[in-house]
Amino acid sequence: MIALIGLVAGVVLGFVLHPGVPLWLQPYLPIAIVAALDAMFGGLRARLDGIFDDKVFVVSFLSNTIIAALIVFFGDQLGVGSQLSTGVVVVLGIRIFSNVAAIRRKLFQA
Amino acid sequence: MSGPEPGEPDESGSESRPDESRPDEGGPERRGAGLLRPRVNRGQLIVAVLCAVLGFAVAAQVRSNDRDTKFATARQDELVGILGDLSQRSDRLRSDIRDLDATKSGLERDTQGQAALEDARRRSSTYGILAGTVPATGPGIELTVNDPQSRVRAASLLDTLEELRDAGAEVVQVDDVRVGVSTYFTDASDGAVIADGRSLARPFRFLAIGDPHTLATALNIPGGVLRTLRNSGAEGAVQQRQKITIQAVRSP
Repeated sequence: MIALIGLVAGVVLGFVLHPGVPLWLQPYLPIAIVAALDAMFGGLRARLDGIFDDKVFVVSFLSNTIIAALIVFFGDQLGVGSQLSTGVVVVLGIRIFSNVAAIRRKLFQA
Repeated sequence: MSGPEPGEPDESGSESRPDESRPDEGGPERRGAGLLRPRVNRGQLIVAVLCAVLGFAVAAQVRSNDRDTKFATARQDELVGILGDLSQRSDRLRSDIRDLDATKSGLERDTQGQAALEDARRRSSTYGILAGTVPATGPGIELTVNDPQSRVRAASLLDTLEELRDAGAEVVQVDDVRVGVSTYFTDASDGAVIADGRSLARPFRFLAIGDPHTLATALNIPGGVLRTLRNSGAEGAVQQRQKITIQAVRSP
């Protein structure tokens, strides 16, 4: 519940303050967001499974975003940034879908 | 938002044990309710803060994407390309500005209209050369097409002319016909080729003013004009000249 409130508050804040994305962060923020979405759905799934742990969530959230951004960063250094970011998005997308599928099974038994 | 629940001390209970693993909270319905029941402890606050950060980042990203969809997603090499194009263009425009400024100051300085006259004359001669109404001189090539069996048709000559134009020929003369924008080639019934109403004598002789090397290369490319002519039994010879004089003119 608090998490949900936090999410809504963040979105509202973002739209009210409309901050600019700093230049150095621009290539990595979209990937980091997808990674964070993955962590969030993972957390929701764990919550529904009854095995949610704050610490696990925080660690997975941070490591997911940082690793995703790092992969893109190294990709940019190596000259394959766009390909690597596509790869990361594909992998995270698959994970998000499987997490959402588990949540759906839990909620609707279908 | 409510405070900590009665009977559940905030400090001691929060850190050590996750609430979800309590054995008495069984069944999906109970858990679903627990999801919506406000409960504050440190871990959950951190989760909320992280979610807020996520929401904030999503909003910021969406906004910045709305602002400039073209450059925000472009990668470094694309941006470098765009920048190169733009600086080239601005260089060109800047040199245009310089030229026009020089013309303008020349026109302003001159009271008798001398510079304006000069400018008009220069322009008139440029347009005259392009339209074919005045003679022209410059570096170029001479192309002679020997056609002993009279097998070269109007289409081949038109191809040759187009190839020369593609290669940057500014002024072209075929035999004694000055080529202009409306020049045409037709086949006569007796095998002769007619250009602009005048019958062309064999061998055909093209004079073209332009960069001699570029013109010669364009005619000599594999599968190009000279090769096609040779296949149809004619022989083309290209000579590069530092000075080609084109005397034929078109009537205005």
